[in-house]
Amino acid sequence: MTETTLTQTQVTTKATPEERRARIVGIILIVLAAFVFWVFGLGVMGDLNATFRLTLPTDRFPNIEWVVNTRTLAYIVAGVLAFLGGMLLIRSNAKRTNIALAIGLVLFAFAFLAWAAAGKSFSLVGMLRSTVILSVPVTLGALTGIMCERVAIINIGIEGQLLASAFVATILGSAYGVWAGVIGALITGALLGAFLAWMSIRFRVDQIIAGVVINIFALGLTSFLATRVLAEAQDLNAAPQFGAITIPFLADIPLLGAMFFNHNWFVYGMFLLVTILHLGFFYTRWGLRSRSVGEHPRAADTVGINVYATRYRNVILGGLIAGLGGAFLTLTQVSRFEENMTAGIGFIGLAAMIFGRWMPFGALAAGLVFGFARALQQKLGILATPIPSEFLLMTPYLVTIIVVAGLVGKARAPAADGQPYVKE
Amino acid sequence: MSEDTGSPTPIPEETSPEEQPPNFLERATGARSGVLQAILVPTLAILSALIIGAFIIALTDLEALSLFREDALGALGQMAGGVWVAYRSLFLGAFGSIYAISETLFAATPLILAGLAVALGFRAGLFNIGVTGQMLIGGMAAIFVGLNVQLPAVLHIPLALVAAIIGGAIWAGIAGVLKARTGAHEVITTIMLNFIALFFVEYLLKTPLFQEPGRNNPQSEILPESAQFPFLFGADYRVSIGLLIALAAVFFVYWLLFRSSLGFEFRAVGFNPTAGQYAGMKVASLYVLVMAISGSLAGLAGANQAMGLAPYQVTQAFAGTIGFDAIALALLGRSHPFGVLWAGLLFGALKAGGRQMQAAAQIPLELVIVVQALIIVFIASPELVRAIYRVKAREEEPTQLTRGWGG
Repeated sequence: MTETTLTQTQVTTKATPEERRARIVGIILIVLAAFVFWVFGLGVMGDLNATFRLTLPTDRFPNIEWVVNTRTLAYIVAGVLAFLGGMLLIRSNAKRTNIALAIGLVLFAFAFLAWAAAGKSFSLVGMLRSTVILSVPVTLGALTGIMCERVAIINIGIEGQLLASAFVATILGSAYGVWAGVIGALITGALLGAFLAWMSIRFRVDQIIAGVVINIFALGLTSFLATRVLAEAQDLNAAPQFGAITIPFLADIPLLGAMFFNHNWFVYGMFLLVTILHLGFFYTRWGLRSRSVGEHPRAADTVGINVYATRYRNVILGGLIAGLGGAFLTLTQVSRFEENMTAGIGFIGLAAMIFGRWMPFGALAAGLVFGFARALQQKLGILATPIPSEFLLMTPYLVTIIVVAGLVGKARAPAADGQPYVKE
Repeated sequence: MSEDTGSPTPIPEETSPEEQPPNFLERATGARSGVLQAILVPTLAILSALIIGAFIIALTDLEALSLFREDALGALGQMAGGVWVAYRSLFLGAFGSIYAISETLFAATPLILAGLAVALGFRAGLFNIGVTGQMLIGGMAAIFVGLNVQLPAVLHIPLALVAAIIGGAIWAGIAGVLKARTGAHEVITTIMLNFIALFFVEYLLKTPLFQEPGRNNPQSEILPESAQFPFLFGADYRVSIGLLIALAAVFFVYWLLFRSSLGFEFRAVGFNPTAGQYAGMKVASLYVLVMAISGSLAGLAGANQAMGLAPYQVTQAFAGTIGFDAIALALLGRSHPFGVLWAGLLFGALKAGGRQMQAAAQIPLELVIVVQALIIVFIASPELVRAIYRVKAREEEPTQLTRGWGG
């Protein structure tokens, strides 16, 4: 009798982490609601409309627009946010927290756009299209990280892998054509992956140090070669570009067509790769074995899985993915290689991996969020909002810190992540 | 360790230092294995890195490469000549004259400070990759005091330095607090804080508090003379009192680590946090403290980059690659303050000589970065060096420096 009352009081006083998290998210959503109400609603001068363009001028159906009243939209969004927040506070339902947070953030971003574009016309389709494009190298970087960390090899060197393979893609692409560039980039990424694996498995070098070495080495060598070789041989620094593959009919859908169905093959490849990795990791023998090596290598070894071979294989495969990301940078976006042209994309990829909780689809979602922040930052200059673009550029990094600190739910890495395995 | 001890308490007699497995740094650098052994691996590492650097110079000599088909020997000769000219100017640029030596000292100053920041972290088992960000924030704090406070130099410089120390300490302290309170891995948080600092500084440099009037790009106003580091050997040489600050920091860190009880706790936690906790140390607050002190050293390095070199104004990239050089430096210096001093001088020489090499032999300065990366490879994997040079080592138990994040 006394025992039951005791446990009951404990339950009421001490919430489970999920409940606590639901409450935190609920409070965040209500704060956002208040912010939207005052700043985006009351803060707008007069009765302004925001015009969102939903198709590109080159599309089959150009000039489809959507006009919204900024203030009305802000009030609606504030209402929904407050409702979601209140719901989480009253019934701390852990399962709905993520959905509520996602819906809330999308709505917030939308109200923000309407506020920023009040009285103006804004190409929503252009921004969402660049969101998808900008998310490609980030997502591919994150997938590289997942491939490595799922077998417990920490890969800090994604940035270096991207940079080096972008460099090789430029040179081989300029000299022998686009596909040579792609193959060169894939090999470069894989070689650096193999180097990471070799250092951490054969020599048991601290994996973070090995990753840092890859970054410094790639930065130094590509900058050195860019100055010493590319400056003299300019024709090696003009890579041909992959064009867009338009998917018939689907590409004509307003908004979605330009966002998803009129891209170069890297973009389709990214979506395909995410799906393959998800199915691979969670529905095949290979995936089960890989994950077991990442969670409990000793147990995996005991049942006859070759821990070292699995690690080598996955890290090298991850390197191939990074190579693809590097090729994307110089074979579809800009034809010239610039010193340090990745400028932190690899680290954002690492962040996306954590933000996406080591799940392929999570990485894609995180990649899209980070791509959105970048696209927003690029377009905000056009809209001339009072928000400094630097703060938008900070968001991916801030979000990552918030995620690793577990402030909105604990992200759990593979249990053996970063620990060398010594076979007995 | 032994199975027959039934009691859970560790018995001090059984765990004498000689019997414990060496930690990562000791393994990486061959510490505790006599002076000769200790110097051997770093020396071989530098030598190997320079040899590979020579191959890189030779193989990127486009002129010689195009000559190769007609006259292979001549091409090889030209390559060797190119390497000779490059390394000769590298050496002369670093040590060839009084001016060259002063340039080496000048380049070494921020490296020593930043290297100490990383080394202190290593000793406590923390990997501070965030030196760049801490330099930026510390440097900006110093510039803020420099631009917005009017004082005579005797007071102005110390005040700016204090601001730099506080700025760097706070920025690194964030990572420390996050680690202590939530377990967030410092490698991730400090990398992210680097980027946040970079954008934050870019923003700050566009505000009227910092920006030079009449400019659109992020660039600070020139510091008043009272906030510029005075030169040590006259205006002909760029060595400033920043060098004295760096040397003082070396002795401070030495005292802190090896002569104070706080430093003992740092090292104990670095060796084994669980044991430290067991012995009654407050591991969480030690993490915050280590990061804060490490960050304040980085902040001083940032102040040196702002106040210690012409034109005494900065853009958002004023931390350069020093934060990453510092990692190599701390490894090379075995995370010992005096080791960092020597490693800092060596890297300073590479930097100063590298500039001369760029001017005299048209070898891009970035070669130095490649050589540094190679040095880390060889330092971090002494087995590799020993395998190449067939050096015998004692039986060693490999361990790791960092711990995985999350698990």
